[in-house]
Amino acid sequence: MSVEVRPHDLREPDTDLVAVQADGVVDDRLQAFEEDAALFEQRRQRRYLVKALLRSPTFMIGFGILLFWVFMALFSTYLTQSPTDINAAGILQAPSPEHWFGTDDLGRDVLARTMAGARTVLVIAPLATALALLWGGFIGLVAGFYRGLTDEIIMRLVDVLLALPIIITSILILSLLGKSTAIVIVVIGALFTPVVSRTVRAAVIGEREREYVMAARLRGERSAFVMAREILPNITQPIIVEGTIRLGYAVFTAATLSFLGFGLQPPSPDWGLTIATERVFLQIAPWTVLFPALALASLVVAVNLITDGLGRVLSR
Amino acid sequence: MLRLIGRRLLLMVPTLILVSMLVFALAEVLPGDVGRSILGPYATQEQVDLLNERLGTDRPLVVRYADWAAGFVTGDWGESLLYNLPVFPIVMRALGNSLLLAGFALVLIIPTSILLGVYSGLRRDSVLDRTITVSTLSMTVIPEFVSGVVLLYIFAVWLKWLPVTAIPPAGSPFIDRIYYLILPAIPLMFLELGYIARMARVGTVQVLTMPYIRTAVLKGLPRRQVVTRHVLRNAMVPTVTVIGSQIGWLIGGLVVIETLFVYPGIGKVMVDAAQTNDVVVLEAAVLLVAVLYMLGNLVADVVVALLSPRIRMGG
Repeated sequence: MSVEVRPHDLREPDTDLVAVQADGVVDDRLQAFEEDAALFEQRRQRRYLVKALLRSPTFMIGFGILLFWVFMALFSTYLTQSPTDINAAGILQAPSPEHWFGTDDLGRDVLARTMAGARTVLVIAPLATALALLWGGFIGLVAGFYRGLTDEIIMRLVDVLLALPIIITSILILSLLGKSTAIVIVVIGALFTPVVSRTVRAAVIGEREREYVMAARLRGERSAFVMAREILPNITQPIIVEGTIRLGYAVFTAATLSFLGFGLQPPSPDWGLTIATERVFLQIAPWTVLFPALALASLVVAVNLITDGLGRVLSR
Repeated sequence: MLRLIGRRLLLMVPTLILVSMLVFALAEVLPGDVGRSILGPYATQEQVDLLNERLGTDRPLVVRYADWAAGFVTGDWGESLLYNLPVFPIVMRALGNSLLLAGFALVLIIPTSILLGVYSGLRRDSVLDRTITVSTLSMTVIPEFVSGVVLLYIFAVWLKWLPVTAIPPAGSPFIDRIYYLILPAIPLMFLELGYIARMARVGTVQVLTMPYIRTAVLKGLPRRQVVTRHVLRNAMVPTVTVIGSQIGWLIGGLVVIETLFVYPGIGKVMVDAAQTNDVVVLEAAVLLVAVLYMLGNLVADVVVALLSPRIRMGG
């Protein structure tokens, strides 16, 4: 086994190590040095990545908008009026100094509801994405690592799941399983799993013939160890990019399902749900619909800007 | 060519059987007691048993699946639980409405996106190129019901240029139907615009680097001819491929837009059936959409093969 000492490693390899290397004997100190070098390289790359992201206007704008909505999701209750207080005396009022975004058909403050509406989608979408990454990552690792029959069976099943448009499958499942938030998260996570597993599988296939995997196998490591500790850390980049892409789609899907009536139920201030229920007032009180619509649009665009910026920096 | 189509059709059969099993399982096995899940917690046990008998859900699973699948193939799709009417005509009429909307949307989508994509590809890296790319991509990622309500507000409520509803009053001429479909079709166009325009742009940029374009320019062909004869034709291959892959999104978009505009298409039928637990209608509509989806993908593949000789030879 040859040890590659990169010229830009700041620590000079000491003479002992070189001697050990020449003998071809792997001793603990050499291994420790290898790990140190790898860790150092990793940190250097990470610092470079953060710097590049900070310089990317696409990423920063998207990140700023996302931060705004995360802040509102967490703290809007302390800043605005109540999103659920009904006021029969003041329904469908136009925007005014008292109610900046007007009031809806039950006299609720639209500003408060629009800000609080970020909460549901910012819980559902990231959790669903995390589930999809977890399951898809596992399936993709197993399919890509073992190849052969296991791979063939898994990929056929994935094809079947992808044979129906996602919205149709989720309507089918949600109408039969019920409409709780937890079920929505699981369903979106499950439906995104096939796509994630395809990406991970492709990445694993690219890595599995590399020397470090071979080395680990020759050391006699178990397959699970090789997958989790050797291959997985080396395919984090495609997984991160896939994760941000899925996050955008998860926001889109979660909002669509609420709009269709298969997600959250009234009186939740969720944007998709609000657009569906207030749509009938579009002609007499457009503010009840337009503000949640613009809010949702800004969040979706923000997530996609982040994806775009991240993808560009990583692919450089 | 025919062999390619035949093989693809044969490949569709196992997938379709698996999908039908999935639909059947989701609709009939998961809820456990079908009669109970339809009637809800307040029905008496006798009512539940009676409905189960009428639906035939007290029979063994394999028999029910065979029965249902055979019925689907022969056009006997059962009766709607909600309306007590045969499902076939309900679904088919809705499908006709949906195809009209989808067809009209495609008529808008394809030329617009190809025009925008090729144009920005020809003027690569100009301000116009960046504007087109960024705006079409943003339109694509915004949910269709969001762009739908905003457009509805601008063009129907504020400017009053277009009608608020998607269906003209009874007895109007056919051309009115198209006029009423303009507003629902535009969000569908937005949904697809970004990807198709991007593929057309990438295709154009790639083709422009090819030696035969230089040859065409150097042998003195006018620019217009170079673009129409060489660039457009070759940039079409990736574009058509991506149009095919967008069929699933178009179907999803139809479901949402039909709900937003209360348009009686197959998406609306599906959502209504799901909301009211009308399992028979839901199953039939979902399976029909699955069949159409696969056929649509097949047609797209065939068109790609026709456009690109290399794939065609590979058969």
